[in-house]
Amino acid sequence: MSVQLRRYHAAVWDEPVVMEMGVRGRRGCHFPAAEADVAAAAGSAEALVPPSMRRPSGPELPEMSEPDVLRHYLHLSQQTLGMMGISLFGTCTMKYNPRLTESLAARPWIADLHPGQDPSTLQGALEIAHNLNELLCELSGMDQFTFQPAGGADAAYAHACLTRAYHAGRGELEQRNQIITSIQAHPCNPATSAAAGFEVVTLMLEPDGYPSLDALKAAVSERTAALMINNPDDMGIYNPNIREWIRVVHDAGGLCFYDHANFNGVMSKVRARELGFDACMFMLHKTFGVAKGGGGPAVGAYGCTAELARYLPGPIVRKAGDRFDLVDDSPVSIGRVREYWGNVHQLAKAYAWTRAMGAEGIAEASDMSVLINNYMERELLKIRGITRSHPDIGSWRMEMTRFSLGQLYEDTGVSVMDVQNRMVDFGVDAFWLSHEPWVVPQPFTPEAGEMWSKEDVDYWIAVLQQISDEAYSNPEIVKTAPHNQAIHKLGPESLDEPGRWAMTWRAYKKKQT
Amino acid sequence: MARSRAHPYMPNSVPAVRRQLLASLGIDSVEALFSQIPDDHRLKKPLQLPPALTSESELRRHMSDLLSKNRSCEDALSFLGGGCWHHHVPAICDEIVQRSEFLTPVWGTPSSDLGRNQAWFEFTSQMGELLGMDLVALPVYSWGCAAGHAIRMAARITGRSKVLVPQLLDPERSAVIRNYCEPAEMSSHIEIVEVDCDPDSLLLDLEDLKGKLNDEIAAVYFENPGYLGQIEHQAEAIAAAAKACGAETIAGVDPISLGILKPPGQYGADLAVGSIQPLGIHMNCGGGLGGFIASRDEPLYAYEYPALMVSIAETTHGEHGFGLALAHQSSYGMREEGKDWTGNSTYQWAIAAAAYMALLGPAGFRELGELIIQRAHYCASLLDGIDGIRVLAKRGFFKEFVVNFDDTGQRVADINAALLRRDVFGGIDLSETFPELGRSALYCVTEQHTQADIQRLADTLAEVLRT
Repeated sequence: MSVQLRRYHAAVWDEPVVMEMGVRGRRGCHFPAAEADVAAAAGSAEALVPPSMRRPSGPELPEMSEPDVLRHYLHLSQQTLGMMGISLFGTCTMKYNPRLTESLAARPWIADLHPGQDPSTLQGALEIAHNLNELLCELSGMDQFTFQPAGGADAAYAHACLTRAYHAGRGELEQRNQIITSIQAHPCNPATSAAAGFEVVTLMLEPDGYPSLDALKAAVSERTAALMINNPDDMGIYNPNIREWIRVVHDAGGLCFYDHANFNGVMSKVRARELGFDACMFMLHKTFGVAKGGGGPAVGAYGCTAELARYLPGPIVRKAGDRFDLVDDSPVSIGRVREYWGNVHQLAKAYAWTRAMGAEGIAEASDMSVLINNYMERELLKIRGITRSHPDIGSWRMEMTRFSLGQLYEDTGVSVMDVQNRMVDFGVDAFWLSHEPWVVPQPFTPEAGEMWSKEDVDYWIAVLQQISDEAYSNPEIVKTAPHNQAIHKLGPESLDEPGRWAMTWRAYKKKQT
Repeated sequence: MARSRAHPYMPNSVPAVRRQLLASLGIDSVEALFSQIPDDHRLKKPLQLPPALTSESELRRHMSDLLSKNRSCEDALSFLGGGCWHHHVPAICDEIVQRSEFLTPVWGTPSSDLGRNQAWFEFTSQMGELLGMDLVALPVYSWGCAAGHAIRMAARITGRSKVLVPQLLDPERSAVIRNYCEPAEMSSHIEIVEVDCDPDSLLLDLEDLKGKLNDEIAAVYFENPGYLGQIEHQAEAIAAAAKACGAETIAGVDPISLGILKPPGQYGADLAVGSIQPLGIHMNCGGGLGGFIASRDEPLYAYEYPALMVSIAETTHGEHGFGLALAHQSSYGMREEGKDWTGNSTYQWAIAAAAYMALLGPAGFRELGELIIQRAHYCASLLDGIDGIRVLAKRGFFKEFVVNFDDTGQRVADINAALLRRDVFGGIDLSETFPELGRSALYCVTEQHTQADIQRLADTLAEVLRT
């Protein structure tokens, strides 16, 4: 493998903070004055505001002309690497975000819909949601999805709320106050369980990479409300006992929720329902091609069995004859986890992505993501200083592998954060480290999925090889990275100090003086 | 499974590339790679999905056929609001959020994310100016979610577990807040107590509020303007009453009103929440929502935020950079011990809002506020003059007001159906939500409605009521 590293350098605009820009009196946007009849009938705007509620002086916003605002934000966009380079951000499944669906969703027929419109005027949007529901039911074996949760964590929260409603309906909520999860489950599972009022029981990993069945058996009791778990986990290890796990939790009276954050490797291979799960969650902004947007708007599509569907947050899309409607009539629904019925523009994009892939494409994407990960693992383990979690487990990993730079750190003092900072010098955006707590030292978790070409992956590997070489020969160049970005790395000062942090410009100005 | 031609989204679906990858692993089929999954876990039949539309032209046609079944607020004349509003979105906001650099990233380093982090900081900084508050976090999912989190923050800050909320509250938002306050069976349950609203002014009943305030109350939550549009001119008195009892004041505000309305930081609010959707974000059928949480910049508040917070910072070479502050207290840092939870949110919209606020500036916000409040009052007075129609609380609102149809003898649902046949989306039907208001609807007027549009509404309503 011989790869020529790119002579990448980020755009450097030295762009001031917008609060420092502009000139008094400049305008970026006009609104018309009220029509003469309107002004005459309504009276002055000032008189319409109760005196105690009038704004005494205008907000100190920048005063800029229209082209200056455009260019400022274009400059900022150019100082954002995103997927302009290569981003193998594990657990988030970086996908191609088709431009077709971005342009379709920007049309008034999605962009300028109000959620309170009469359903007869929303038939296209409702049909898309209905069709997407059917596709996701086929992929999971579940009976009904809701799209209201606005992210994966919100879907986990929806599950915790649904768990409350389910046990309340059986008169057992006060008794069943524990949710079981694993230390390798995404933090949103324990966090939303706790926010919904449950105690969290966390199972630790055994040498084979997942908690033991015995540990689970010891944890379940008449207090068990639910199990919330992902499989495979972020280390690429699949728990082969998951059916038995579900049986144990069901026997104890709890519900089982499948966090499908890591769906890419198993889509078309397993279905949540057939494994025994009562509910599952797909992240449309990950697995289904919807853009990340730097962190949303997202969709945690939450699906469950017919038995649990009555607890779902409303409204739900229903088909009656040729017409689609929004139904919100279940007396035991958990109500709302967010206003309205979802990030509808994102549903359109996820639906289009799924249609573009089809059954064959989805199966192939799963194949490709596992194939390329194992290829990448083999190559990365040849690089000095890199090891992987659970080295004694001989089997192939799924779509991700948890690596460690612990050896590199011990040998050279170069940390995983230093390596992240150096990789961006070559146009490769940061990899994911690991959720807390770290189970291996100096962890990192790349995920190539189906969108990155073999050449991209080879480039990524070559960059890491280069940085390993640098760490062993000239560690300072890595420790002081980045060098080819618009700015250097942040200084050592803690942003957790009240006198130092400044979440707004006005706070910053006050703290400077 | 080999395909006859490579899929446009999958560069490695070329058979030769696939074979090369397999050969490098010494296997001849991908099947071997799935050996971790027990055979009885595997799906035994192919997925039953509709045929793939791999060509963009086919997919575009299919999607267009579906989308064209919708009628948007651009096709019709809409007076819907109540939590999602049809404000003008400057073209620059659309251009900026659709840039691939802002559209595609997940989480890089402070250097590789510099532009995005700066745009986020410019969102919080400009929000801080509008609100008159020094601490603004990155947005959460929606106004309702922001209110729910703020109430939970107040409960933790005060160690109390009751919250006062207005009786007249958006049912969508109210349902979210109830969810965040947990049912009574849970040990961390927060009891919601409704405060009466005056039936004429639709404002909070200050006497009832004072009667219900005591040392068990964690927070008073009220909105300004309220759900039914009224500007809460007693804001200062409400905050003072809450403070006297050691309760936090949480104000829910519409940021687009803040060019002309007093900011919550100036009438004693400890926390402010609201929607960012009016700030340059399309409604997207509800997909345009995003909620902000803001407060004074004091550790007492900062230490309770569940949302991520971006601080301006300095690099090793003295340049401006931006980093996360207090990240350890989030659920990413502390799992179930963290503050509520966080995750993917609505951060793309924060960038649209940043561009929007920079475009408007102080003069734009003032002009916009003045235009909206005048047109809304003009519309109200025109409708109030129609036989059988009565506007409740005829003055003192911002962009929304309540139109009562009791004297027409017709149901709001029927009136709205008749309006719809004439390409007008009537206001939100309040008849079932607030039966005490009779047959009423919530009408919303924004800068999008010209005098001619308002006249058309009045004429159409008059026509509908005649027939």
